[in-house]
Amino acid sequence: MGKVFRFHRDVDTDQIIASQYLLYPTIEEMKVHTFESLDPEFAAKVRPGDFVVAEENFGCGSSREQAPSVLKALGVQAVVAKSFARIFYRNAINIGLPVIVCKELYGAVSEGDEMSLDMSEGVAAVNGVQYTCTKLPPYMQGILDQGGLIASLNKEEV
Amino acid sequence: MKPMTMAEKIIAAAAGVDCVQAGDIHTVEVDQLLSNDGTTHLTIDMYHNKLKHPHIADVSKLVWVVDHNVPCDSPKTAASHKKMRDFAKEHGITFYEGAGVCHQVMMENHVRPGELIFGADSHTCAYGALGAFGTGVGCTDYLYAMVTGKSWVLVPETLRFNLTGKLPEGVYARDLILTIIGQISANGANYMAMEFGGEGLATLTMADRIAVCNLCVEAGAKTALMEVDDVALDYLKEHGRTPKHVFKSDEGAQYAKVYDIDLGTIRPIVAKPHFVDNVVPAKECAGVKIDEAFIGSCNNGRIEDLRVAAAVLKGRKVHPLVRLLVVPASQTVYMQALKEGLMDIFMEAGAIVMNANCSVCWGSCQGVIGEGETLISTGTRNFKGRAGHPNSFVYLASAATVAASAVAGVITTADMLE
Repeated sequence: MGKVFRFHRDVDTDQIIASQYLLYPTIEEMKVHTFESLDPEFAAKVRPGDFVVAEENFGCGSSREQAPSVLKALGVQAVVAKSFARIFYRNAINIGLPVIVCKELYGAVSEGDEMSLDMSEGVAAVNGVQYTCTKLPPYMQGILDQGGLIASLNKEEV
Repeated sequence: MKPMTMAEKIIAAAAGVDCVQAGDIHTVEVDQLLSNDGTTHLTIDMYHNKLKHPHIADVSKLVWVVDHNVPCDSPKTAASHKKMRDFAKEHGITFYEGAGVCHQVMMENHVRPGELIFGADSHTCAYGALGAFGTGVGCTDYLYAMVTGKSWVLVPETLRFNLTGKLPEGVYARDLILTIIGQISANGANYMAMEFGGEGLATLTMADRIAVCNLCVEAGAKTALMEVDDVALDYLKEHGRTPKHVFKSDEGAQYAKVYDIDLGTIRPIVAKPHFVDNVVPAKECAGVKIDEAFIGSCNNGRIEDLRVAAAVLKGRKVHPLVRLLVVPASQTVYMQALKEGLMDIFMEAGAIVMNANCSVCWGSCQGVIGEGETLISTGTRNFKGRAGHPNSFVYLASAATVAASAVAGVITTADMLE
């Protein structure tokens, strides 16, 4: 179980992690600034296992992989959105941050709700109700299952 | 064989197969790999710390450009740059520092029609102006391709834009692409390719074409592609390169949707805060007070844009309450502007002329704006906080509208100036 942090449509990667922090040496140093412009307390409030739930086009804009990376470093269990911008979506899978599309969830949950998610079944459960998500294509689920693209590469190169 | 789009043909060639179709996933050979100082330090860390067998498949494919924070603004940035510079030197990677914004450097020196190019920067889709499939990736994708020379791609559907007519006097490629993004919305082309052709394409210069393709990611596009004609081939020849392949979509190729656009109907446009698709006719924003104006970026920092701005600024002064930043997209553009006397015009008008770099377009280097301030910009994005303080405002417009606004102190189109 994890708590829901709810975000509006078209959350761009500048909101997830602003440009002025991108050249910090490590993700650990950047992560305290996650969602700073939208919710300056986010990094302090979020706990490992919590969820980001968003409306459409989550992660639009820049290709900065720092965006999914800071969410993963803060322990976010998964991002569930009505839709994702493609570069964020691909980057998240590549680094092993679960992302999944669910059309109904955003409208059904409130900030702070307790939620659980079964990625492989594509089912989210909140307030006693189950919501069906769009399962990842097998190729992408495979990358995620191996812990991301680099982990899968290391397995290929025995 | 099934008719294919340009995007499908490039992917088929890169995958070494005869035919692909939208929705397929293919393993492809990547032709070039661009990375800049926005993320390369993290790629290098992963190279050293995460790979079991660190190596580079083909170093000749790599192009690294320091353009986002140059010259460097802090000891932390200096450390990131040093890491990148040292790694490039050690491995013999083609390396530019201060030469210009990465996409302009790539267009001037590297991109060839028919190539599949990954760039660790979302505006890599600009390369479609030369008929190349450029797409933005993160550093993990970049590293995988750097190590293997390959990657996987999901073949995108294509939106086709048939252009007819000619842009009216005082209307620019920036106005055209903002109009299109406003029409299809910020995710209207998500996961898709945006393909441009038709007789109207011939009226667009290379600078226009780069500006159009560059901004397609703001509609969510995976890539942008333009048919390769004499304008593109002449540019390529002038820059000493030849095409890899010249592809054109087949008759009967499948498009997700087709749009017919009469260039003659386009008018000056402004994208209001905080979304690129929040567009209105520029005149509807007339009178909005501005604090800063920016002419530059991979979208509008080319010589053609500087000429347009100089024509507006000649014999005029920047408003006393406005800072105007002029930032050429590359050293080559800078030198050309010097030769043409444009820099004299900018400086006599009271502009601050900067070195070639990403500047305030990405909000972490020079010219960032403070709380409550407003910027009018030829940059790529107007997201909340993009140019500095989270509570500040960015309007996007053409070089002509930005230059005119800098003179007036409020948003103004060039034809409204006295």
